[in-house]
Amino acid sequence: MTEMSVNKRAAILSFILLFAGLLLWEAVIPAQKAAGELTEYERLTGGGAQKAGVPPPSQVLEKAWEQLSNPFYDAGPNDKGIGIQIGYSIYRVLAGYVLAALIAIPLGFLIGMSPVAYKALNPFIQVLRPISPLAWMPLALFIIQDSEASAIFVIFICSIWPMLINTAFGVAGVRKDWVNVARTHELGALRTAFTVILPAAAPTIVTGMRISIGIAWLVIVAAEMLVGGTGIGYYVWNEWNNLDLTSVIFSILMIGVVGMALDAMFGVLQRFVVYSE
Amino acid sequence: MTTPFLSVERLSQRYPDGEGGTTTIFENASFGIERGEFVVILGHSGCGKSTIMNILAGLAEASEGVVIMDGKEVSGPSLDRGVVFQNYSLLPWLSALKNVTFAVAARYPDWSKDQVLSHSKKHLEMVGLSADVFNRKPSQLSGGMRQRVSIARAFSISPKLLLLDEPFGALDALTRGTIQDELLKVWAGTNQTVFMITHDIDEAILLADRILLMSNGPYARVAESVEITIPRPRNRIEIVEHPNYYAIRNHLVQFLGKRSKELAGPTDAAENRPVTVRIDKTAPAAPSPKKLAV
Repeated sequence: MTEMSVNKRAAILSFILLFAGLLLWEAVIPAQKAAGELTEYERLTGGGAQKAGVPPPSQVLEKAWEQLSNPFYDAGPNDKGIGIQIGYSIYRVLAGYVLAALIAIPLGFLIGMSPVAYKALNPFIQVLRPISPLAWMPLALFIIQDSEASAIFVIFICSIWPMLINTAFGVAGVRKDWVNVARTHELGALRTAFTVILPAAAPTIVTGMRISIGIAWLVIVAAEMLVGGTGIGYYVWNEWNNLDLTSVIFSILMIGVVGMALDAMFGVLQRFVVYSE
Repeated sequence: MTTPFLSVERLSQRYPDGEGGTTTIFENASFGIERGEFVVILGHSGCGKSTIMNILAGLAEASEGVVIMDGKEVSGPSLDRGVVFQNYSLLPWLSALKNVTFAVAARYPDWSKDQVLSHSKKHLEMVGLSADVFNRKPSQLSGGMRQRVSIARAFSISPKLLLLDEPFGALDALTRGTIQDELLKVWAGTNQTVFMITHDIDEAILLADRILLMSNGPYARVAESVEITIPRPRNRIEIVEHPNYYAIRNHLVQFLGKRSKELAGPTDAAENRPVTVRIDKTAPAAPSPKKLAV
């Protein structure tokens, strides 16, 4: 017998687990009895009415096919394609995330370079960081007076901390030898920052960015359930109100897939900046 | 007396000892280095060799005293003083070649890209690296190769003073030997002034024009300046047969093993200049000055 590679064996095992899981799911859902099999009493007590149950995977797949074959349709505020909903969510996440990065990375640099700035800002960071991003929502809604901007603010506030802390940590931990190399070659402060400190701290910074994008994607679903209107979070909640569990399950899967894709993007970026000593 | 090219004048280094007082690492150390000279400093750990080197490099500041190079006081790091660190200090995200071009571009900002590139390649080849390793990252190079890149980088910017901080300390004995030869070869063609720290007596004799011996700290000082009276070009195999070799070596071993301890402690002298020691068995006619510790 020839040995299969680890990857091949893992892939086969994954598929087996997937099919077993789907089969189990399909099997445990009680079938609706056909009207003909009901006793008279059951018919009289409403036993023939459609019961809302957890849909089997076959229905979810059907739904997925239907939605993904036309993801961008727009039939009014309560009926938009999954592509449009996800698009809104990604737009909000990226808007809040980019704003956070624009502030967190330079500020993190400053904190990492200056022990005084680190000590001065640390208490604020330690207090603000553990606050659940959704706790900011009422305040944001009141001050900003715009639900769209408030959602973006919530993303901003939740994604700023990992980036800020990791940047500061990465910059503060740059090996003294490398800074000395810059100094003995008379590099100016700006050249040192860009040619030595930034590449040296980049792996840590990108790790922070990766954690941030993951948190932002977690938070956007909850935020959109609150602010409503558009987005994947709103879609999940709306389908729940419609008692369309097939759509709920489908959108849960989509949240997972998009989250994975966002993470993979930063995984690629990480491979670019990583170095080994 | 004319002022030497590099003049270290009454250098002292003191640190707070954590109990309200100060610890003096070395005090009133004065010595000079001539242009083109290869000077090695030997001494036990804790005598402040590395501190002296960092002060010369401008990376640290002395508590007292000044360093004057080429008529100007040393303050802060500069491209005039190249440094090769023990742990290579290559930037790990840059290839071997880029680690050199970055230095060359900093040294000669007016040069074109091609000029920078060919100058860098020339120096990498000078230390015995072939073109196929130019694009490797430091992590893909052996310790010896990394130190070659580091030496190439230092020579490529032709500093007025080259500082080598135990450059071969982390290498195995065989690699060390080949790179010592490599260094001698590169150095011979340049008339580069070099100041080097080492723990290895044989390495010091092979490379140096003059060896500075430091007594133990605290209150260490540069006690002796031993001239290496063995003609160049030298090589590791033939040098041991020279009549002066073991005489000098014994003197150094005696110093490090015994006298560095006896000489430890503070002195009243306002300035501690090293005593010049010249050991030359090939010229018995000349009355040998100073004590001969044999």
